Amino acid sequence: MNAIIAEGLVKTFGSGDKAVKAVSGVDLTVDEGTVVSMLGPNGAGKTTTVRMLTTLLPIDGGRALVAGYDVADQPQAVRSSIGLSGQFAAVDENLTGRENLWMFGRLYQLSSKQAARRADELLEQFSLTDAADRPSKTYSGGMRRRLDLAGSLVIHPKILFLDEPTTGLDPASRLDLWDIIRQRVRGGATILLTTQYLEEADALADRIVVIDHGRIIAEGTADELKAKVGGERIEVVVHDPALMQRAIEILQRGSDGQCVVDEHTRKLTVPTTMGSKGLVHVIRDLDEHKVEIDDIALRRPTLDDVFLELTGRHAEDEAASTDAAAGTDAAAGTDAAAKEAAK
Amino acid sequence: MSTTDLTPSTTTQPPKNSGLSQVLNDTMIIAWRNIRGGLRVPDTQIYMFIQPIMFVLLFAYVFGGAIQVPGAENIAGAYREYLMAGIFVQTMAFAVAPASVGLADDMHKGLIDRFRSLPMARSGVIAGRVVSDLASQFVVLIIMMICGLIVGWRVHNGVLPFLGGVGLMLLFAFAMLWVGALIGLSVGNPQVAASAGLIWLFPVVFLSNAFVPPESMPTVVRNIAEWNPISALVAAARDLFGNQSIIVSDAWPMQNAVLAALLWCVVIIGVFAPLAVRKYKAAASK
Repeated sequence: MNAIIAEGLVKTFGSGDKAVKAVSGVDLTVDEGTVVSMLGPNGAGKTTTVRMLTTLLPIDGGRALVAGYDVADQPQAVRSSIGLSGQFAAVDENLTGRENLWMFGRLYQLSSKQAARRADELLEQFSLTDAADRPSKTYSGGMRRRLDLAGSLVIHPKILFLDEPTTGLDPASRLDLWDIIRQRVRGGATILLTTQYLEEADALADRIVVIDHGRIIAEGTADELKAKVGGERIEVVVHDPALMQRAIEILQRGSDGQCVVDEHTRKLTVPTTMGSKGLVHVIRDLDEHKVEIDDIALRRPTLDDVFLELTGRHAEDEAASTDAAAGTDAAAGTDAAAKEAAK
Repeated sequence: MSTTDLTPSTTTQPPKNSGLSQVLNDTMIIAWRNIRGGLRVPDTQIYMFIQPIMFVLLFAYVFGGAIQVPGAENIAGAYREYLMAGIFVQTMAFAVAPASVGLADDMHKGLIDRFRSLPMARSGVIAGRVVSDLASQFVVLIIMMICGLIVGWRVHNGVLPFLGGVGLMLLFAFAMLWVGALIGLSVGNPQVAASAGLIWLFPVVFLSNAFVPPESMPTVVRNIAEWNPISALVAAARDLFGNQSIIVSDAWPMQNAVLAALLWCVVIIGVFAPLAVRKYKAAASK
């Protein structure tokens, strides 16, 4: 059963020559009870997609079903089935935590009593009981974010939209929030989570869709995406530049992949399918041939590698070049990655 | 997370209220939230009182002596009676400020998005703002009337016209709230809204009969002043409270002040309320 289905979603801002397609043809399905992370840099179209799916923005093209309801035709039914927690902690800072949650409950059409009881439960679950009767403007950033998330859970929504829930939080608060999100998942919630943090998608999501320039450029599990960059690699930093060629030959021998050479840092990278056994072989061979090394490591690909491969630039590289469309084709991507590595 | 979390007691139930009762419920919740939150930042409320009180003192005791009220040239204290209606109308017109700042603040902080993602009545956020601001304008009006009584303002026309006057003032505040709502939703930033809401209002109020009889102005300015909505409201308030003995001007709004004031209110509401509602619906599309 699909909790969220989107087909060919389009959103255009502005009109005429100035029209900008923020989202151009996004297809997305999220199965019930799973976490899908939408991963992409700033301006990729993540928030716009979420805003369309949560009825905040009219859909310009395509259609979307959330909890079985058509977003365009049955917005109130969608709103009754979802919780949304955005980038900004959208709570009333002059109200206390308890008052905020009570108000949200009342606006979800709970009775005053139900809303008060639910507020108590949520304050307890989110460790906000001690601060419950203080105006929320006195809260720390992490506490506000927790309150905001609590606000989106008032009606036990089946589907949660979390738009960059940890952006701007300190590491400890981020881990707290991850725990809370994992608890929701264990409780059976369906979550669409947007993030620009690769490790966040890796840590929380069952499936990842990579979005860039308003299009989905890849999707799969974290492992599937990592497999696209060719599994593990061995990285060697050679001490003496004169021995580079010998080192390359050795590395090439134990691998069916291409050895990437960075002359400047004397770093050699080669794909391996043998894991740590391959690493042992390489160390032994290098030692036998008297190639001194400064550093050697078996490196598992990160999602950043995936992004680099797909787009030719780093995911968190804000000043991305305009001709970043290196394509989704794996070969072209490898070239781009190689070029990037060769710089 | 505890297992109570999954109890289906409140799970995604369809809204129980529908139609009008939901609109009322949501409006009152938002109004409650505005008032509750507003009382926690008393400084903004206090400034709402200080400014008109300052005007009363300034005009009653500094400028007032130099201003001749037509038909009451030699009566001591006549200007203070004349002045108060102007102060009331000005105070009501300044309802623009809390409405614009309040809504701009909600937009700025993402609260409007939160509200729009809830299955609440679409009109609740604006209507709640209007209700709470109208309530606070009513309190301000009472304070200004007490202030007026202290400096010598009196009601001469009996209870019904007085109540009519109070009602007219609140109707005008209601109309101006929509202007404020439109400004607040358009600028979307509380600091900008604070100045954008008021900067044009001072000249508009001064270019009227609020503080100075238009008879003393040059013809062109005088004509503008006589047709200024503020003038109609002020003249109507003076009529209803009995603060002006003779009407010198023969301009239609001055001769039919109460009718003109009502018409102006209707026009302002008719123009700005739909615009504000439309702006609210489009606000998140930015």
